[in-house]
Amino acid sequence: MRAAVAVEEKIVRVLGEDGRVDKSIDPALSESELLKIHRAMTFNRTMDERMVKLQRQGRIGFYIGSMGEEAAIVGAAAAMGKNDWLIPCYRELGAALWRGLTLREFVCQLFGNSEDPIKGRQMPVHYASREKHILSVSSPVGTQVPHAVGIAMAARIRKTDEVALVFFGEGATSQGDVHVALNFAGVFKAPCVFLCRNNQWAISVPRERQTASESIAIKAKAYGFDGVKVDGNDVLAMYAAARDAFAKARKGGGPTLIEAMTYRLGPHSTSDDPRVYRLDDEVEQWKRNDPIARFRRYLQKQGLWDEAREEKLLQEVNDEIASVVREVEKLPGPTVDTMFGDVYAAMPWHLREQSEELISFGKSRDSKAELKK
Amino acid sequence: MNMIQAVNDALRVEMERDDRVVVMGEDVGKFGGVFRATQGLYERFGEERVFDTPLAEAGIIGTAIGMALYGLRPVPEIQFADFIYPAFDQIVSELAKYRYRSGGQYFCPMVIRTPYGGGIKGGHYHSQSPEAYFIHTAGLKVVVPSNPRDAKGLLISAIRDDDPVIFMEPKRIYRAAKGEVPEGDYSVPLEKAELVREGSDCTVIAYGSMLHTAQEAVDLAESKGIHCDLIDLRTLLPFDIESILQSVKKTGRAVVVHEAPRTCGFGAELSASIHEKALLYLEAPVARVTGFDTPFPYSLENEYLPDPRRILAGIQGTLSF
Repeated sequence: MRAAVAVEEKIVRVLGEDGRVDKSIDPALSESELLKIHRAMTFNRTMDERMVKLQRQGRIGFYIGSMGEEAAIVGAAAAMGKNDWLIPCYRELGAALWRGLTLREFVCQLFGNSEDPIKGRQMPVHYASREKHILSVSSPVGTQVPHAVGIAMAARIRKTDEVALVFFGEGATSQGDVHVALNFAGVFKAPCVFLCRNNQWAISVPRERQTASESIAIKAKAYGFDGVKVDGNDVLAMYAAARDAFAKARKGGGPTLIEAMTYRLGPHSTSDDPRVYRLDDEVEQWKRNDPIARFRRYLQKQGLWDEAREEKLLQEVNDEIASVVREVEKLPGPTVDTMFGDVYAAMPWHLREQSEELISFGKSRDSKAELKK
Repeated sequence: MNMIQAVNDALRVEMERDDRVVVMGEDVGKFGGVFRATQGLYERFGEERVFDTPLAEAGIIGTAIGMALYGLRPVPEIQFADFIYPAFDQIVSELAKYRYRSGGQYFCPMVIRTPYGGGIKGGHYHSQSPEAYFIHTAGLKVVVPSNPRDAKGLLISAIRDDDPVIFMEPKRIYRAAKGEVPEGDYSVPLEKAELVREGSDCTVIAYGSMLHTAQEAVDLAESKGIHCDLIDLRTLLPFDIESILQSVKKTGRAVVVHEAPRTCGFGAELSASIHEKALLYLEAPVARVTGFDTPFPYSLENEYLPDPRRILAGIQGTLSF
């Protein structure tokens, strides 16, 4: 007998926009947990602001941020268990830091310098951490989603209780890879939590152009598992929905698709100008529903937060970021020979040959200077 | 033992030895694969380690990547190499690059087994030889056995290798190629060619089912007093340049044979490498005897595929240059 699957038409919401709480589904987090979540979201936002400036100053080549989606990102990550796996898209800095990626590792990656854990191999915001169970960020949209299902299937084969959490945007749901991944997850009952950040825009293409379906969450039904639509700007609702999905997956109940209803307040990346394709009014309207401000109102109402504390936090966060940037910006780039490492476990003859060829020329800027002589 | 039995034996040996090895794909479970390569594995190792997947190549490879990242050693089967293209992105941009792009933190030990090649009246969709796409992809290894002994030994090595391997099985000789295969744990090293015939006049380089066609051509040449080195390449990426150069420096001539199309086919790379590294030893330009730059035809497949006459003509061409 196939169990009936539930797709909630109703949006899961804990926090009213006024800071009031729906007690029936409030995850009842402790004061320190609430403050940790607030700090993580604030950190994510501040990082984005600072890194965009760094990019504008030409100090890093590219940046892609999370502005407006911090609740969806941090809320879900906060519900993860110790050994669970994070399979990020490219907007999940808040989740990666929550899971233990260090700020220094992340900033070194942005610079692609000698201490970049991925050795300068990818453009900014494409971090990875095996130790923290964070997969490698890839740019093609949706390719990471089947990997998450594979991780989840393997965890089951190895009889652990690990769960995979995979992020993707609503644009990715048009990709074959995402369909295939959802389908495999349903068939194998993989312990996987699919987190779709429905931020309404895939660069310039609105959500209506991605699917004629009434929602993303409803698609789960066709794959044979639960779909749930959550107010993605409500960090408590995101936490509660993810926590339930993790618990279900851990008990052998299979996957869940969470659709986080949110909005990309910023551009797609530093290479984008959204004023060309969307109305300021729409952005302004979503800004009034800023997930961090909304959560802060709640904390204030609880007596856990005030302006003085906010000011102090921002100061701390800014200082921490500035000091890490200062430290790592001085580091040199990777040496030329590292280009040829990690293609294979051991370097085959043709790469050895090519490496020697390149090294004989020295670094490219040296050789340009030489040509001018 | 034939090729299929050798592949099956290799899978069984590795699955017994290493419980991280899992077999997955379309029809590989109870049914044992459309070519029977996974027969009996489901019964022996159970459905957790031998399982049918939904019919989606990108999903088979995409989920296998996740399993490999987790620490398993998946051996997915793509039923025909002609059907591998839906998984192409997952193979070239994800599987092949994971070690590199994660700075060596992750790696993807996986063997994609796939029957390839013509000569079975399969037409365009059951006959292609897509090796060149994968040889062009940094991070992959590409292996093609030509006989049962190597099919077992190379597959075992491929499964133990920490890098992703595209293991292309020449289906035309799946049952036709028979031979002694050592029992139990037995391996043949990757990246090493085998000199299967010795001669001093010309070097013939082939792999997979073409090895047998080349052998016929070498026999014909022998009857005309032309003595050839015949090299079975076995691993196409990274290929065994030393064995090739050693032979070519001796014979001064080389003919490269494959059934894939000519333009940018693997023969082009072999030819360029030989010219770059042994030009002064050469008596003639390296010859290529290959499939044509057309889609794989159905009725005319015997004309499309290199046959002993064309290979012999290639050998004679290098001698009369």
